[in-house]
Amino acid sequence: MSMAEQQKKLLQGNEALARGVVESGCVVATSYPGTPASEILGAVMVWQQQEEVAMHLEWAVNEKVAFEIAYTASQTGLRAMTAMKQVGLNVASDPLMSAAYLGVVGGFVVVSADDPGPHSSQTEQDSRLMAMLAKIPVLDPDSPAQARELAGLAFQLSERFSIPVMLRPTTRVCHACQDIALLPVERLNRVAAFEKNPSRWAATPKFRYQLHLELNRKLAEIAAYEPSAPRRLNPQTESRLAVVASGPAASYLKETLSDLDLWERLSCYQVIQPYPLHSAFAGELLEKHDRILVLEETYGVIEMQLRDRYKVQGKLSGAVPEAGELLPEIVERIVADFAGLPAAAQTPAPAAGGRRPTLCPGCPHRASFYAIKKAAPKGIYPSDIGCYTLGINLGGVDTVLCMGASISQAAGFYQAYRVTGQQRDIIATIGDSTFFHAGMPPLIDAVAQGARFVLVILDNVTTAMTGNQPTPAHGTPAGRPVEIESIVRGCGVGFVKSADPLDLPGFTALLKEAVNFSHDRGVAVVIAKSPCLVDRSVPRPKRSQPKVDEGCVGCKVCTERFECPALVFDEATKTVSVDTMICSGCGVCLEVCPVGAIKREVGA
Amino acid sequence: MNRQQLMICGVGGQGILFITRLLAETAIAKGLAVLTSETHGMAQRGGIVVSHLKVGGFASPLVRPGQADVLLSLKPETVALHLHFLKEGGFVASNAREIPAPAAGHPSACIDADTLALSLGDPQSVNLIVLGCLLARPGRLFCSAEEVVDVIRRKMAGKETALARALEAFRAGLEQAKENGIPC
Repeated sequence: MSMAEQQKKLLQGNEALARGVVESGCVVATSYPGTPASEILGAVMVWQQQEEVAMHLEWAVNEKVAFEIAYTASQTGLRAMTAMKQVGLNVASDPLMSAAYLGVVGGFVVVSADDPGPHSSQTEQDSRLMAMLAKIPVLDPDSPAQARELAGLAFQLSERFSIPVMLRPTTRVCHACQDIALLPVERLNRVAAFEKNPSRWAATPKFRYQLHLELNRKLAEIAAYEPSAPRRLNPQTESRLAVVASGPAASYLKETLSDLDLWERLSCYQVIQPYPLHSAFAGELLEKHDRILVLEETYGVIEMQLRDRYKVQGKLSGAVPEAGELLPEIVERIVADFAGLPAAAQTPAPAAGGRRPTLCPGCPHRASFYAIKKAAPKGIYPSDIGCYTLGINLGGVDTVLCMGASISQAAGFYQAYRVTGQQRDIIATIGDSTFFHAGMPPLIDAVAQGARFVLVILDNVTTAMTGNQPTPAHGTPAGRPVEIESIVRGCGVGFVKSADPLDLPGFTALLKEAVNFSHDRGVAVVIAKSPCLVDRSVPRPKRSQPKVDEGCVGCKVCTERFECPALVFDEATKTVSVDTMICSGCGVCLEVCPVGAIKREVGA
Repeated sequence: MNRQQLMICGVGGQGILFITRLLAETAIAKGLAVLTSETHGMAQRGGIVVSHLKVGGFASPLVRPGQADVLLSLKPETVALHLHFLKEGGFVASNAREIPAPAAGHPSACIDADTLALSLGDPQSVNLIVLGCLLARPGRLFCSAEEVVDVIRRKMAGKETALARALEAFRAGLEQAKENGIPC
């Protein structure tokens, strides 16, 4: 075994990407968590400690702030990175568009992780199109190893052309793991040195026009930059048929070519930089080949830059599905068809079924939703982005739009009904991290506009869905914790009370009080305070598990309306029992059971 | 056996990522290239979780339907959901009292890991028990039980209590599979 092999480590795509960032001498990195990008900043923190590099790392309050802090570090000459998921980039799109015009000093890399499928996102949007809109180059890795490699190339490109560079991994890169050898960390030893230049950094519209011309010149040069040019996968093959692939689709293509024995029949190229597509490559491709198949995720970004609709097949031509993940079996079928092979044996269909995601056993959100439905049975329930979106299973979530929209939608419902002479009970739910992220402006708006609704802030003191990242309520060693209750009061809300939803009767009574307040006095805020059970930083309470006695009448209120996965209905006996493997002992079901058949042994 | 494709499935919270990475690290310790794909995010919240593991020279982390050598299932109901990934003659190892019906026609082994885990006082150890069961017959996987034990020791070095519990669960699965008669 060689030295290099001995040093190989199993790295997740996000860890590999983070390694590439740290190896490139980046010293400021910021992020807001979102699947599939959530592990990037945590991994940077690990590498920073192991390598003892002085860095500023932060979980920012949202993606816009994360972007602006990292971008400013680049203005001072340092290398900086910001990481988010694709819908997070929507939030940061304002500074992105402007930063593209202003350019950078130190290398500045924007990681935006896409989620074709989607597995854990509101949309399948393609961040490469956002790069195109902003007019910045974007790199598209096919694997964890390539994510690490392209992080280095991204910094190099960014400094060479003074431009922000996007690195766009997808879920299959972020959440793949691979054996990777670590490389030494580049220590640039730069010091922050901001050079004032108001005509650039604070450019007025007249100068922005000049900057736009400059940006276009940069893009033309980047489209001829050799290190990011498309890679020929089989230079020995000369075919009239060509396949162009990028991202994970390129890795599926490589395996398909081997399995179908097509390496010598199709000319294959891997695009590393989908935008701007290298102009010489695009020209030669169209000249040398009669038919060209493009495989990419999620939109036809490379395809649309190849200006020949007769030769080029892809998403726009209908040869490749325009929605959903481009799975390896789909790539195999498309490539076989393109090469003129007989239809491959039908892929066996997966069995239907499975189980829907659900709130964890003992999750305090379940109790909150149960109480909300008791307090306003005919209410409208706008909700937000987080684990608690799963309150949909309890009928406690009617709308989910985007981060922070629960509050604006509650106000929107109130105003829509009011202006047509009606009033409805409205109870909105938002998590603590989401409230910090985007909840304050709509709350201020609602108070100022006289909207009337109840807002329940589900405060489990963590960003649970993405792996328990800290929120501003934790503060940092150098800073101070920020309290939600004081923010809410500061926004001018007249009713602010906190309680633990695991006390179901008490919490339900408090919600009824809040609903009554909201009828004629404005916004009422209830903070549901109870820690997340999967947060390892919080000690797990030791609680005895309840038992279901013979009084159970099989009414299914606890399994269907309360929907606790630790309560199991047995079709044979028509009664419920406790799944002792997963019950957390929260005991809320004792209050939920209409006949009092769920009991906890006293003193147990 | 230097090239193998595995599917590992169950529901969120069962430690699927842990055994996927354990096997991937065992592959690296043997000098083999490895690629895996994991489930994260909302799906983890009690939903179906599935990992792909490809050992040997592969380019992508995803197993195509009809290609997997082994399906390891921590919940009986997930066997049917992922069986289409298995190739003809592929092996099914499941956490179940009896071999799940959909696995008929495939060589398979099962172990009642829920009951065994409770008797060990460690409900979280189902994953290692089923893995032990799968490794009871030498030559089934690209690695041996001893090689996995070495990696568990290295991974959990310094956490002696957790290490002892992990080894106990793994060996319990291994032993019970041997007592039940090694499946072919």
